[in-house]
Amino acid sequence: MTITTRDWALHLGVIAILLAANFLLPEYHRGVFSRVLVLAVFAMGYNLLFGYTGLLSLGHAMFFAAGLYGAGLPLYHLGWSVPVSFGTGLMAGIAVAAVVGVLALRTTGVAFMIVTMMFAQVFYLGTLYFTTWTRGEEGLVLSQAMRSVEFGGWSLNLSDPSTRYMLALALFAVVLLAMLWLVRSPFGRTLVAIRENEERMRMLGYDVFRAKLTAVVVSGVFCAAAGAAYGLLFGYVGSGFASIQYSILPLLWVLLGGAATTLGPLLGTLFMFYIIDYSSGVTSAYLLVVGVTLILLVLFFPKGLLGSVRERWLGWLP
Amino acid sequence: MADVLTLSAVDAYYGEVQVLRGFDLSLAKGEVLCLLGRNGAGKTTALKAIMGLVAVRGGTIMKDGTDLSKLAPHEVPKAGVAYVPQGRRLFSELTVAENLEIGLMARGKGRVTREAVLDLFPVLRERLSQRSGTLSGGEQQMLAMARALCIEPDVLLLDEPTEGLMPSMIARIRETVAGLRERGVSTILVEQRVDAVLSLADRVAFIENGQNRETVDVEKVRADPAYVHRYVGVG
Repeated sequence: MTITTRDWALHLGVIAILLAANFLLPEYHRGVFSRVLVLAVFAMGYNLLFGYTGLLSLGHAMFFAAGLYGAGLPLYHLGWSVPVSFGTGLMAGIAVAAVVGVLALRTTGVAFMIVTMMFAQVFYLGTLYFTTWTRGEEGLVLSQAMRSVEFGGWSLNLSDPSTRYMLALALFAVVLLAMLWLVRSPFGRTLVAIRENEERMRMLGYDVFRAKLTAVVVSGVFCAAAGAAYGLLFGYVGSGFASIQYSILPLLWVLLGGAATTLGPLLGTLFMFYIIDYSSGVTSAYLLVVGVTLILLVLFFPKGLLGSVRERWLGWLP
Repeated sequence: MADVLTLSAVDAYYGEVQVLRGFDLSLAKGEVLCLLGRNGAGKTTALKAIMGLVAVRGGTIMKDGTDLSKLAPHEVPKAGVAYVPQGRRLFSELTVAENLEIGLMARGKGRVTREAVLDLFPVLRERLSQRSGTLSGGEQQMLAMARALCIEPDVLLLDEPTEGLMPSMIARIRETVAGLRERGVSTILVEQRVDAVLSLADRVAFIENGQNRETVDVEKVRADPAYVHRYVGVG
């Protein structure tokens, strides 16, 4: 199946609306959206593995943190430039995902969940142990000066809200269109078929391990890109981003928005951010509100917001 | 006629439990060979052993000079063997067209086109954009066979293809298997329906306790119902 005009229109339309939002949103909400766009990239990376390939990982904080530290450490300690640091963040993501993938994919199901979680815990404890470099939970603050980008006399200030929003949107747009292309490609359908029936794919002659490893690495790269961008745009690199909480959050965002939908991760992340934001302004028991909302969503939208919309009304949604 | 597939003294295991014990079988080119036996005799295990889906610890499974038991499961289809398991096992969330595309992609560069496969199963042509999980049982079976044929096999393994289907669908599947025989495709068929076996097979292998007790021409089975009675308990 190829990408239809309808697919292009929907995805480019969403990107255009988000572009306009930079000029329309109040300052506070623009800041929230910047964060959501970067974290939605994290969720999209998670979605590739969980939603499309059917591999439930509990260790994706490790890939996010690999990008975060891969970019943050050379920037902070070695004074490398922002673009080079972003590149090292991506490389760190590829390396960690490839090694973890080769080992963790020897398992399936619950064992895969546990193995990925244990690897992530090792990574997390590593960030706490090597405090000389990481400063543990306190983390590293990347100053505005460190994060300035110079292009022959012209400089880009990543602390500027509009610049930050536009860069977050650029990353989001690239990954969203890459996801659309991926899921509509033969490789994307191979992943869905593996999710549906792995043994059957093997019987048809597919090297399932290789396909799943590729999915882990691509997923890891997307998550690392989000981590690297997060550190560079928001100026903070801390071990909290490697904790188990950040492995569970993308799962929640994807489940809320709709697993195996290209736009679900954005919707889920946005929804979760704002429900916490508004409910915490009303009551200190905001987690109760969040919990009740999640239960209602599971009851009425069991496949997530977009997943249920696709199931009931728009079967063509990618 | 030359054999395209030969199993010699195959020992196959589920974990530590031995299911096939010195299993022998030979399949000639363009032949339909049916495996008959009681439940648990080892018929499905024999097919899985050929596909590398159960551990083969002894014997050989030779096809065109290659011992299939030495290959990884995903390499066996590339040697020209296709398997349609019991229960069809489609990719139920994918459409009929996408299921066929998965099969065609697995084959790589070959001569078979989607149209050629659809010519064998015209009913699927009207269902191309339908999710395969919503097809009827018979249509699902046809799609499972169509997808298997996408890899252009010369050996086809069918595990109870007529199970739970209405008579018109069973007749269609029989016609298809007969048509494949005309094209030189060899088929091993596991089947519980004795009437289907007798109408379709060239030879029948009687399986008992993980061994091939005897392989006889179908005419002999038709002439002597005691064969079926002895090994299957009916007839």
